[in-house]
Amino acid sequence: MEFSYSREQQMVKAMLKKFAETEIAPISEEIDAEAKYPYETIAHLGNLGVMGMPFPKEYGGAGSDYLTYIMAVEELSKVDASHGVIVQTHNALCCWPIFTYGTEEQKQKYLPKLLSGEHLGAFGLTEPNAGTDAAMQQTTAKDMGDHWLLNGSKIFISGGGIADVYVVMAMTDKSKGNKGISSFIVEKGMPGFSRGKKENKMGIRGSIAAELVFEDCAVPKENLLGGLGKGFKVAMSSLDVGRLGIAAQALGIAQGAFDQTVEYMKQRRQFGRSLDKFQALAFEMANMKTRIDGSRFLLYNAANCRDRGLSSTVEAAQAKLSCSETASYVVDKAVQFHGGYGYIKDYPVERMYRDQKITEIYEGTSEVMKMVISGSIFK
Amino acid sequence: MKIAVCVKQVPDTNEIRINPETGTLIRDGVPSILNNDDANALEQALQVKDAQPDTEVIVVTMGPPQAKEMLQECLAMGADDAILLSDRALGGSDTWATSNALAAGLKKAGPFDLIFAGRQAIDGDTAQVGPQIAEKMGLAQVTYVKAFELDGAFATVKRALEDGYETLRVKLPCVLTAIKELNTPRYMSVPGILKAAKADIKVWSADDIGVDKTTVGLKASPTNVFRSFTPRPKGKGVSVEGDTPKEQAANLLADLRAKHII
Amino acid sequence: MANFEEYKNIWVYTEQRGGRLMPVALELLGEGYRLSRERGEGAKVCAVLVGSEIGYLAEELYAYGADMVYQMDHPLLKNYTTDGYTKVMTDAIKAYKPEIVLFGATHIGRDLAPRIAARLDTGLTADCTRLDINTGNYMKYLTDYTTASSSGLEANDGNKGLKQTRPAFGGNLMATIVTPNTRPQMATVRPGVMEKRERETGASGQLVKVKVELCQSDIQVEVLDVVKEAKELVSLTDADIICSGGRGLGNAEGFELIRRFADKVGGVVGASRAAVDSGWIDQSHQVGQTGTTVKPKIYFACGISGAIQHLAGMQTSDIIVAINKDPEAPMMQLADYAICGDLKKVIPELIQQWDEEEQQ
Repeated sequence: MEFSYSREQQMVKAMLKKFAETEIAPISEEIDAEAKYPYETIAHLGNLGVMGMPFPKEYGGAGSDYLTYIMAVEELSKVDASHGVIVQTHNALCCWPIFTYGTEEQKQKYLPKLLSGEHLGAFGLTEPNAGTDAAMQQTTAKDMGDHWLLNGSKIFISGGGIADVYVVMAMTDKSKGNKGISSFIVEKGMPGFSRGKKENKMGIRGSIAAELVFEDCAVPKENLLGGLGKGFKVAMSSLDVGRLGIAAQALGIAQGAFDQTVEYMKQRRQFGRSLDKFQALAFEMANMKTRIDGSRFLLYNAANCRDRGLSSTVEAAQAKLSCSETASYVVDKAVQFHGGYGYIKDYPVERMYRDQKITEIYEGTSEVMKMVISGSIFK
Repeated sequence: MKIAVCVKQVPDTNEIRINPETGTLIRDGVPSILNNDDANALEQALQVKDAQPDTEVIVVTMGPPQAKEMLQECLAMGADDAILLSDRALGGSDTWATSNALAAGLKKAGPFDLIFAGRQAIDGDTAQVGPQIAEKMGLAQVTYVKAFELDGAFATVKRALEDGYETLRVKLPCVLTAIKELNTPRYMSVPGILKAAKADIKVWSADDIGVDKTTVGLKASPTNVFRSFTPRPKGKGVSVEGDTPKEQAANLLADLRAKHII
Repeated sequence: MANFEEYKNIWVYTEQRGGRLMPVALELLGEGYRLSRERGEGAKVCAVLVGSEIGYLAEELYAYGADMVYQMDHPLLKNYTTDGYTKVMTDAIKAYKPEIVLFGATHIGRDLAPRIAARLDTGLTADCTRLDINTGNYMKYLTDYTTASSSGLEANDGNKGLKQTRPAFGGNLMATIVTPNTRPQMATVRPGVMEKRERETGASGQLVKVKVELCQSDIQVEVLDVVKEAKELVSLTDADIICSGGRGLGNAEGFELIRRFADKVGGVVGASRAAVDSGWIDQSHQVGQTGTTVKPKIYFACGISGAIQHLAGMQTSDIIVAINKDPEAPMMQLADYAICGDLKKVIPELIQQWDEEEQQ
């Protein structure tokens, strides 16, 4: 076992740290306050190869391994979790299923523009009555002979209305339950496809979440992804990959809030000494650091398993559970240690506190993670 | 077109701290970075390459083996090749000796149509190596370049002055030193990083570049460090004396001037 | 090794642009004068004047201490060019063999001096802030102003080499450089550091008109134009001096005073969040956690108590001057210079006396 960063990982981390501090930190308050999608910085990240990191060069990807990609999401999320989730959703939930399940024609058609960041990708699974219980899909796709006809709606879709390419699940055979779900590649602008309500979220406000509406939306026959009835598998395996990214996002938030608190504690003086001189607080910081570093090992191990082609479903669930719960604990203490200043928007920990919560919910709630992990214990 | 960019690995001086007890520099854990002005020099070379894709950009540095890391970063930004001049015989060189070594390395790697360098390095702040390379290679130089335009066999550049600038036209080949106003250096790209991490960086010794060993290294350097020390650490603040605002202002300004702060 | 006996006198490159002497030229004459007397043995301070039809400046150089003026006058020297100036200076140094040559560390001085030093194969020390010849004086400097020990040095060692002291590592480290084996000893000197002598009207000296050999083909760079630019409004991040106002200004008009102050000292206007929130000044001026983080050479905090959000954005400034009525305000505790008083009275005094100081 080796526990050290490779030279390429060091450089990726250094590059994104600088990018996040220089390009993203100055706008993070504004995109949060105005729920503004950061088009410019995302396009810039596309130019740098971040929007197609863990995919082969033959399709226009950067060709990194998954672990290095995870570190990239972590670095971005240290400064701004919205950027973290935008990169993550695009890579793991749109590029990945197309790369993994797509036909050669589909890959040639969609991947180059997605991996360069010219096109943005999104993923449509959740519905008003189908959250954790994905089998409750009500969106339907009807075989019309030469095309599919989609009807229904999806909610809470990250990048909804902004993305150019969507991987969308729909029922092709209701009688078969999960096995009756199929997935489709839907493009922005296809007739009958529109964006519905835009959500007013608590956190990650720079990442737009919106409703997708399909009204007799005609999707070309060849846009079926992964075969008829394979949609549940496409969705679940994508979420498996996505969990690593969300864990990285949570870890980044935790580390970012922790770093902010360290700086604040050195500056802030009360009762004639700086906060870091109060042992009760310093000891709590020791706990925080230990939990962050422990979560990081779980996450890197899970990513490493994926890179080595090993089954990583349980590891990914452990990583997401640990990283998101650690983040919850850390942002809570970070705000607490900032006192009143932690409750106002002058300090980034206020935003981090709000941004963190979603990491315990999306791409599988903590409860689902526990189902996966406990299922592997008592199999 | 073939362009050389002279770069230097420097400690990030923003991160350097002074040990208040011993009065010495704490360099432990201080990251080494590509010198700021050198990044602008590299960016300008890469912009030429963007416009003329058959351009070859080669970064050249002199330093210890660890300087390879910085050269990898230059490759990850888009440079085509990197050369490290590294040899114990070159250690301790002052600017004169450094320029002898770099000029020899550039002659071996060249000929070049353009040689860019940063105006100065943030550790030494001398701004002397660029002009001295130009002298040793017998080339024209323009320092403090804040705008650059290629125009056939000539370059039209703006050279920053304290109170404005001058526009100069210079025939290639020449040596140009960049300042931060010239451009905004690009980031390393992920594909660039993956390539650079595996790149084989040439390491040339003093013998490889055929430099006269009596003109390089500590012993050959015409300048020597006689003493080095830290300025007295900033003491606790003082309350400015004075019975009237006029006296207070006078006392403050007198002290600031005495300490050459203004 | 050069025959050191042949090298005499201290040369000062008295930089002129467009027929006007740069202020640093007179400062260097003052320092050159002092050093020449410290050197003894009849050493003279000599101004070196390069340009086209600039002979009329010699009188001014004598007035500021020059014992001699070497004049190099040629139509091709009208505008500064590296090639032209390097050639005539190198030729003259070879011919007259000065022991020391000083340049102002201006954009031109720092272009020219390294080129000359390389051509002469001698040492050059950049951007010096102190020069000594006498070892005893140097030892006193070390003791009085630095953490360095002067052990191993002997005040009367008779060493007449130039000890050139300069900052490095962004001012975190100082180094004294010597040039033991080659001559001349060359240095560029930071403008604004050395003191010019009091002007002595009617002073005179010896003028040497140096024969200049220069032709157009010696100059490889063509000067298309020289443009004077009003200093661009620098951003808070790049400013050397920041004059910041806070709640203590009382109202928006208070920033008129801060603006005048900033104009006078060549600084940029900053503000605390309290002042911005009160609508006295635009948010783009805000320094602190939510505003800009700054690190100027001097930060004037006027009527700013020093809430932690503000301190977070400016506490690494080199020098902090606080002006406040309340001596207990956190900013007054942090400041290097705390002026307890009414800013509306103190700042006008600073504005007025800033110029007086300049003229001294």
